[in-house]
Amino acid sequence: MPHEDEHDHEGSHLSEMELRVRALESVLHQKGYIDPAALDLLIERYEKKIGPRNGARVVAKAWVDQEFKQRLLAEPAQTLASLGYAGMQGEHTAVVENTSRLHNMVVCTLCSCYPWPILGLPPVWYKSGPYRSRAVIDPRGVLRDFGVELSADTEVRVWDSTAEMRYLVLPMRPLGTEGWSEEQLASIVTRDCMIGTGLPQLPGGTAS
Amino acid sequence: MNGAHDMGGVHGFGPVLPEANEPTFHAEWERRVFALVLAAGRPGQWNLDMARFARENRPPTDYLAKSYYEIWLAGLEAMLAERGLVSVDEMEVGRPLSEPKKVDGILQHSSVEAIFSRGRPTERPASSPARFRIGDRVRAKNINPATHTRLPRYVRGRPGIIERLHGCHVFPDTNALGQGENPQWLYTVRFDARDLWGPEADQMLKVSVDAWEPYLEPADRDP
Repeated sequence: MPHEDEHDHEGSHLSEMELRVRALESVLHQKGYIDPAALDLLIERYEKKIGPRNGARVVAKAWVDQEFKQRLLAEPAQTLASLGYAGMQGEHTAVVENTSRLHNMVVCTLCSCYPWPILGLPPVWYKSGPYRSRAVIDPRGVLRDFGVELSADTEVRVWDSTAEMRYLVLPMRPLGTEGWSEEQLASIVTRDCMIGTGLPQLPGGTAS
Repeated sequence: MNGAHDMGGVHGFGPVLPEANEPTFHAEWERRVFALVLAAGRPGQWNLDMARFARENRPPTDYLAKSYYEIWLAGLEAMLAERGLVSVDEMEVGRPLSEPKKVDGILQHSSVEAIFSRGRPTERPASSPARFRIGDRVRAKNINPATHTRLPRYVRGRPGIIERLHGCHVFPDTNALGQGENPQWLYTVRFDARDLWGPEADQMLKVSVDAWEPYLEPADRDP
């Protein structure tokens, strides 16, 4: 899983994998076990249509609309579904809110569980040893890897997604965003903010 | 199983290295493996928990040497071979050497949208009341099955508090063995970091797992 290694060996490594995967897909197709057009559509769906912009719109809406935020926290799956964000790996969802005294962070130490409908597919680091091993024993150290330093009196809460509950972190709205539109607000909500490894940054670069 | 996939608390992996502007996939074969795994899982030849076990059930050296989608591919190949759907020889030559098995429920292009926007909920009706209530002190059992489980090693034997109740969900430990969904109450159990990592641990850190009822016992019992 070491990342740099993968790049070092890209040439030979990838071509071997391409051949092996093509051979398997070919057998599966010839035996009638798969419809290659369905595969193309799945790839398009998860590469092009579904991603963290979905979650960012949810967070921005929760920042401007208290009633929506309360519903989102109380009935997350239904509230997300009402915006069209539902489906595979988002069937059961919990939204956990950051406050000035509590910082939430999400991990899956056993594999790669992640809320696909609102964040898309997880990045490599989320699925890799360094994050999965350290998030539960040294989350402040992990946050420093992301350039985030929390004050010592902030409680850190790590949610290990060991079942089919998927977690979305609702970050705090930064000061200095008064009067912003939902669209402007969504633009500062990154994927990492919603995993809990980042904080929303104002365009000037100030952390909330 | 006590495999290399169960990584919580392991030292030595080094820093987390986020990639700027990371693409969803890093090679064409990753795209195909991702979609093959999703599509091949549809006909019900295996379930989610069997698929997870097929990925984690390998020597630690192998698990750690493989990239994420290499593990997905290895898991898929293992399940296809075990069920007699595609032989190892067929994978090698890339064409059928035997008659296909009759398989229903092949994922078609026309049904992708409906199936994947609906998902596959794991909550089931409860057949008995929940044993624990929010606020109860519990202990994660010290179990070490060689088969699939979703109770990570770092919480086994440790005391925690029931924080949330999520209804009854398919139980992975039996589902992975083909012994049925056997739905069980699912809880979020919160642990104080000092109960997981010792008295020197960060006193401002709490960690939770989602745990099915059979993983838990009342905390007043000896571990």
